[in-house]
Amino acid sequence: MLRTPGGAVGLGLTLVLIALALLADTLAPTDPFASVAQPLSPPSRSHAFGTDDLGRDVLAGTIHGARTSLLVVGSVTVLAAIIGVAVGAVAGYRAGVVDDVLMRATDFVLIVPRFFLAVVVIALFGAGMDRLILVLGLTSWPAIARVVRAQTLSLVRREFVDAARALGATDTRVLLRHVVPGALPAALVVISINAAGVILLEAGLSFIGLGDPSRMSWGYLANNAQRFLRVAWWVALFPGVAIALAVLGLNLLGDALNDLLDPRASRWP
Amino acid sequence: MIPRYLLWRLVQVVPAVAGILVVAFVAVHTAPGDPVLALAGEHGDAAYYAFIRAKFGLDRPLPEQLVVYAGRVVSGDLGLSFVHGRPVAAVIAERLPATILLIGTALAVSTTIGVALGVLAARRAGQPSDLVLRTAALLAHAMPSFWLAQMAAITLAVGTGWFPVQGLTNARHAFTGWRYALDVLHHLALPALVLAASELALTTRLTRTGVLDALATDYVRTARAKGLPEQGVVRHALRNALLPVVTVVGSRAGLVVTGAVLVETVFAWPGLGQLLLSSVQTRDVPVLLGLFLLASLTVIVANLVTDLAYAWLDPRIRYE
Repeated sequence: MLRTPGGAVGLGLTLVLIALALLADTLAPTDPFASVAQPLSPPSRSHAFGTDDLGRDVLAGTIHGARTSLLVVGSVTVLAAIIGVAVGAVAGYRAGVVDDVLMRATDFVLIVPRFFLAVVVIALFGAGMDRLILVLGLTSWPAIARVVRAQTLSLVRREFVDAARALGATDTRVLLRHVVPGALPAALVVISINAAGVILLEAGLSFIGLGDPSRMSWGYLANNAQRFLRVAWWVALFPGVAIALAVLGLNLLGDALNDLLDPRASRWP
Repeated sequence: MIPRYLLWRLVQVVPAVAGILVVAFVAVHTAPGDPVLALAGEHGDAAYYAFIRAKFGLDRPLPEQLVVYAGRVVSGDLGLSFVHGRPVAAVIAERLPATILLIGTALAVSTTIGVALGVLAARRAGQPSDLVLRTAALLAHAMPSFWLAQMAAITLAVGTGWFPVQGLTNARHAFTGWRYALDVLHHLALPALVLAASELALTTRLTRTGVLDALATDYVRTARAKGLPEQGVVRHALRNALLPVVTVVGSRAGLVVTGAVLVETVFAWPGLGQLLLSSVQTRDVPVLLGLFLLASLTVIVANLVTDLAYAWLDPRIRYE
């Protein structure tokens, strides 16, 4: 994966994102909501990304924003992956009516506009990390389910699955030990591309003011920057760069994983 | 058989719409808060609560309430906006033209220029142009639309003064006739270009690959052997080359609407984005539900049009 420049950059960016999120308190020990300097001071030696209208350090905000972003993306991804792998594996393994029903459900969830549903849910239930993760997780699995189903369909015809069955393995065991591990590499491609989309969704939702107000996030910073576009470009620039790099990293990672699995077919046409 | 395929595809719209209505209904009904308390106040007696419950049909079984709700929505009744005090459908309809203008312009720009650039890139297939296109597509997809909009506003509007920063028209002059149209176009340029940017990169890449694949097929070789001029050959190939473009552009309807809403809020474009933002701030749930239903319907219709366009472009699709 590191052999291609894209893969190396993707892995690097994703690792930086994780490191920023884990080490946020060490890298930026001050509270990102604390006023530390003159309001709207441009980038300087002491505040590399400048400060916002309340004198809060944009660099600290950007670093702590990585933590919020990763928390949402990580939880949503785990939830979506569990549902997607389960639905895809069962649909592909069972075939027939079960497959039909599960795939119809998958097609349906695919048309639900996630951004607008999340807006409604947060307006009804109030802002909060838990509901945001739940609503995005429950709607982000169809792509994973489709890939896992396709993989399962080809895996169940293989000899080792027959062998496991002949040895008396139960369906559950065959699925968990033989089918799912085989389908996982292909699922990882979709999972990382999916995660990139979730970062953008979360940023968009915080941008319109639907993020968790107690947590610093990139979308919140961008929202705040909106009022000062004429006077303070730095407040808008840096959080957006962080979002773009995080998304780029996950997309490149997905591409590289894809090339690794199937060097002939590039995901990008 | 086209009619049969058409009919079958139309029938599939019904469960999709029904499903969306169920999602909206469930979301409202699981939300905290009792509508009866909201309507009747906290100090009413039991008889009054029962009266309110009966008056609004809240004493009926949930499935019955769902059917009533679905019937109302399908007939265009989306309820009253808390803030505007007017029907949600009317509030949304007022804002719709500006958003359609923005999305329509952006898609027209990204599709025409994207297909043209894609054909050009395919005819000069080489490593450098491919790398540039691939990088552009990756970057365009990584940048959040609202951020690209902010950067465009900072540089091209605030910085150079070439474009207005926000709005649909100039607030200082009330233009009429063609000067009004020019004024709107001037205001439209930046938001539309920002929205078009990410689609443009994708369309270009898809077209390039499609044309390259099509040019390598037997029917193109036959066309060339017959002595068809190169332009005719490309036109021949383009029909098949556009299949993936149609699919991908159609499947991105939800993303394009989301992008438009976010770009609108940056440029204060008086469309659905502004409505969404103000309704979020005032927690105007009926309007937000209406926007969710509209976005869902857009995705459903876009998928339908995509499939029909696909069937029209590729006769092999028109199965039973």
